[in-house]
Amino acid sequence: MHQEADRQRVFTRRALFVGACQTALFGVLGSRLYHLQVRQASDYALLAEDNRVNQRLLIPPRGRIFDRQGRPLARNVPTYRVRVVREQAKDLGAVLERLATLIRLPPERIEEILAKSKVQRAFVPLPVRDDLDWEEVSRIAIRSPDLPGVVLDSALLRDYPYGEILGHILGYVGPVNEREQADDGDPLLRMPEFRLGKNGIEQSYDKALRGRAGLSQVEVNAVGREIRELARDPGDPGDDLQLSLDVELQRFCCERLSNELAAAAVCLDVHTGAVLALASVPSFDPRAFANGLSQRQWNAWRDNTRHPLVNKALKGEYPPGSTFKMVTGLAGLEAGISPSHEVFCPGYMSLGRSQFHCWKAGGHGRIALNDALGQSCDVYFYDVARKVGVDAIAAMAHRLGLGQRLGMDLPGEKPGLIPTSAWKEAALGEPWQKGETLVTGIGQGFVLATPLQLAVMVARLCNGGRAVRPWLAQGREEADAPSIGLDLAHLQAVLKGMNEVVNGARGTAKRAALTMEGVRMAGKTGTSQVRRISRAERAAGLHKRKDKPWEDRDHALFVCFAPYDAPRYAVSVIVEHGESGSARASPIARDIMTKALEIDPAGRRLVAQR
Amino acid sequence: MATQIKSPERGLAEKLGALRWSLVLLLALIGGIGCAVLYSAGGGSAQPWAIRHGVRLLVGIGIMLLLAMGSVRFWFRWSYAIYAVTLLLLLAVEIMGEISKGAERWIDLGFMQLQPSELMKIALVLALARYFHSAWLEEVRNPLYLVPPLLLIALPAILVLKQPDLGTAVTLLAIGGIFLFLAGVRLWKFALAIGLGGAALPVIWGAMHGYQRRRVLTFLNPESDPLGSGYHIIQSKIALGSGGFWGKGYLQGTQAQLSFLPEKQTDFAFTMLAEETGFVGATVTLGLYFLALALALSVALRASHQFGRLAAMGIGMNFFLYIVINVAMVTGLIPVVGVPLPLISYGGTAMLTVMVGFGILLCIDVNAQAQIPRFPTEL
Repeated sequence: MHQEADRQRVFTRRALFVGACQTALFGVLGSRLYHLQVRQASDYALLAEDNRVNQRLLIPPRGRIFDRQGRPLARNVPTYRVRVVREQAKDLGAVLERLATLIRLPPERIEEILAKSKVQRAFVPLPVRDDLDWEEVSRIAIRSPDLPGVVLDSALLRDYPYGEILGHILGYVGPVNEREQADDGDPLLRMPEFRLGKNGIEQSYDKALRGRAGLSQVEVNAVGREIRELARDPGDPGDDLQLSLDVELQRFCCERLSNELAAAAVCLDVHTGAVLALASVPSFDPRAFANGLSQRQWNAWRDNTRHPLVNKALKGEYPPGSTFKMVTGLAGLEAGISPSHEVFCPGYMSLGRSQFHCWKAGGHGRIALNDALGQSCDVYFYDVARKVGVDAIAAMAHRLGLGQRLGMDLPGEKPGLIPTSAWKEAALGEPWQKGETLVTGIGQGFVLATPLQLAVMVARLCNGGRAVRPWLAQGREEADAPSIGLDLAHLQAVLKGMNEVVNGARGTAKRAALTMEGVRMAGKTGTSQVRRISRAERAAGLHKRKDKPWEDRDHALFVCFAPYDAPRYAVSVIVEHGESGSARASPIARDIMTKALEIDPAGRRLVAQR
Repeated sequence: MATQIKSPERGLAEKLGALRWSLVLLLALIGGIGCAVLYSAGGGSAQPWAIRHGVRLLVGIGIMLLLAMGSVRFWFRWSYAIYAVTLLLLLAVEIMGEISKGAERWIDLGFMQLQPSELMKIALVLALARYFHSAWLEEVRNPLYLVPPLLLIALPAILVLKQPDLGTAVTLLAIGGIFLFLAGVRLWKFALAIGLGGAALPVIWGAMHGYQRRRVLTFLNPESDPLGSGYHIIQSKIALGSGGFWGKGYLQGTQAQLSFLPEKQTDFAFTMLAEETGFVGATVTLGLYFLALALALSVALRASHQFGRLAAMGIGMNFFLYIVINVAMVTGLIPVVGVPLPLISYGGTAMLTVMVGFGILLCIDVNAQAQIPRFPTEL
C-alpha cells in the first residue's frame, strides 16, 4: 500500500503545482485583457471608429458665371445616369436586356457591364450610361418595377451655353491630374468625380467657384457596404461670378472676326480697364470637354496652324508696327521735341550705309507730329527715335503698359517685348545698333505686343494717363488708377494725331470713321512686317506682291478709342497676315466700336443727346 | 489486497446524489453564455448558430450525465481499445486527405462532422491514465518504462501535425507531458526534453507548412501584413480594446456586427463577447472557466485511484488548454492556431469532446472510492 500512497503523494504535490501554473496562466490572460481593454482602450476605440466610419466628400455645386448683364455664361445642368446593382438585379443579364429595349444600349456595352460585374462587389452600383435624355429617364422610371437593381441618379454637368465664343475666356473643367493634386491640399481634388477649372476664368477663379466640400460620415462594414449615414455637412456651394464681359459684344466680335483665318480683338472700358470683349479666332467649344474630349479632337486642335487653343488676344505676341508710333511720339514730346517740329521725309532715312524706308515710296515731304501720326510717316518717327534713343522709347512703352504682364485675371498672359540696349546685351550678347533704334521707333524689329496690351495702351492714352489694368471679374474695379505722369498737353497732341488718322483728310483710316452721328472715333493703323524685306525684293517691288505665302504676309492692326471727346472704350484688332491695318483691321475695329457704343446704355444716351 | 475486492455497484439515485451538480450547472451556464454570444454573432438572430448551439449543448449535457452514471471501470477496461480505434480514425482521415489532396480533418457523420483529432485528446488521456495506473513509482522512474507512453503520445501527435493542425498537436503533446509529470517522472528528464526540444526548433521550423510559418511570423509582427494573415489579430485586438471596461453593449459590437472581426462565431467568439461586454464580461467568463477547472482539480485530488486521478487531471488539462490557447490567440499573445473556445465557440466536435470529457470526469467523481485493480485482467 505504501506504493499507492507514494504515488498519490507525488501526484497530489505535482497536481497542486499544475493547478498553480494554470492559475498563473489565467492571471496572465486576465492581465492581458486588462492591458488591452482598460489601459489601451481609448487607442483601440479610435481604431474601431476608424474602421467603422467612412468619410465621404460631397462635391458642392460649382459657382455659376454671368456676364455684365446677368446672362449665364457657365452653369450646371443636371445629367441623368443609370446604374445597376447586381445584388438587387438577381439576373443581371436579363435586366440589362430589358433596359436595352427602353434606352440605347448596344450589346457590346452590356457585355462590358457583365464582365465588370464579376470583379465588383455585388452591392457596388455599376455604371450603365451617363448621358440619358429626359425621355429615356421617364421610360426607365415608368418601368422601374420590372427593372430590379436599376438606379437612376443625377449629377451636375458643367455647361457653357454660348459655346466657342467664350472658349478662351471661360476655359473648361476637367479631371484633376497628379501635379494639381500635389499642389493643392483641398480634399475635393482627391475625388475622382471632381472637375477642376482648366484654363480661362474657370482656372483663375477656381478656388472661389469650386466651393467647400461637404462631408458625409457613413458607417461601413468590413467589405465597405454602407450601413447608414451618421452625420452630414452639406458644404458650401461655389461662389457665383459676374464678369465685366458683355456677351452680346463678344458674340459680335467673334462673328465679325470669323471671316478671318486668325485674328483677335479686345474691347476695354478705358476708365476702369474692365474687359467687355476679348475675342480670338479660331476658337474651341468648351462644351467638348464636358464629357471628356476625344484624343482625335484634341490633336486636331493642337496641330492646327491657326492655333484655336491659344487665346491670341492675351497670348499672341505681334510686332505692333505703326500702332506703336504714339509711344515714340510721346517719348519725343517728353524729351522736348515740339509738336510743331518738322521733319523732311524723302521716303527714306539714311543711317551710315543703310537706308530705312518710309511705307510711302515718294515720301511725305515736310511733316510734323499731327500729320506724321495721321499719315503714319515712318521717317518722322525714325527721326524722333534717333533723337531720344531706344531706352527713352522703352521707358515710355512700359508706362503705357507694354512689355509686361498686366495682371489680367486669365491664365497665360504673355509679356510681349520692349527692347532696350541693356536687354539686347543680356539676351543676345551683342551691342545695340543705331539702326535698331529706328525700327523700334516704328514698332518693328524686336518689339512685340499683345492685342490686350495695345488696347490698354490706348486706354491709358485717352483716359488722361492713368495706369488702368485689364480685368474680367467684377469686384476688382480700380476706381482711380494711378497716374503714369504724362503731360496732358503731350497726350492731347498724340490723341489729336489719332483723330487725324480716322477723321483727317489724308488719314490712313478714313474708312474707319464712325457712321454714328456726332460721335467721332480716333485710332491708329498698323501694318507690321512678319519678315524683313530684302533690298533685292524692295528693288523688284516684290514686297507688294499679293501672291506671297499667307504666313509671310504682314499683320494688319488697328487700335482706337471713342468717343473722341469723352473716351469710353478702347478697341484693338489684329488680323494675322491681314496685310493692311487700314483696309483689313480698321473696318472691323470700327464695327466693334459701333456695337460697343450701341449696346452700352450710357453710349445710347450719348448718341441720343447729339 | 484491495484490488481483489469488487466495489459494490450503487443505485442510480445514490449516484445522482453523489453527482457534482455545481460543475454541471457551471458548464451549462458557460454553454448558455455561448448561446447568447452566437445569438449576437448571428446579428441578433437565433439563426444560424445560437439555436443549433443550444441543441448541441442540451444533447451534450445529456451525454455528460449519461456517462457520469456509468462505471469508471468501463473506461479503464476499454481505454486502449478506444485509443486504438481513434488512432485508426485519425489514420483514415490522413489517408483520405492524401487521396483527395486536401487537408481533410473530419469524417462526415451526416448530422455533424467528427474530427478524430479532438476525440484523440480524450482517448490519449484514458490510455495514458490506464498505463500509469498500472505503474508504481519505481517503474515510472525506469527510462525504458517510458517508451510505450511516449509512443502513445507521439503517434497521434505526428498524425495531427501532418493534417496539419498545429493547435491540436501542441495540445496532445502538452497533455502527454503533464501525464508524465503527474505520474512522477523525474524533473531532470523534463529539463533534458525541453533542452532537446529547443535544439529541435530549427528542424521543426523547416518542417512547417508555409502558412504555418507565415502565421508565426505575422504573430511576431502583425502590422507587417495588415490585410493578410495579420488582419485577424489586428481586428481582434481592436475589438477587444475598443470594448473597454464595460463593453459596447450586447449586440452593439461594431467590430463584430460590421464583420471586421473574422470567424466571430468560432475562433474569435471570445473577442466578440469581450467587445460587447467589456473587460467585466471577459473576466467573469474567464472566472467561470477557472471555477470549472478548480472543480476538476478537486475531483482529481479526491479520487482514490491513480486512473481516476490522472484521467481527471488530463481532462481538466485538455479543457484548460482550449481556453488558454484560444484566449491567448485572440488577445495576440500567441499565433493564430485555430483552437475554439470550449462551450462558447460554434462547433460540434469540440462540444462533444468537452462533454464526453466532463462526463468521464463526473463518473470518476461519483466513483471516487471505487477500487480498480492494477491490471484489467484482475477485474
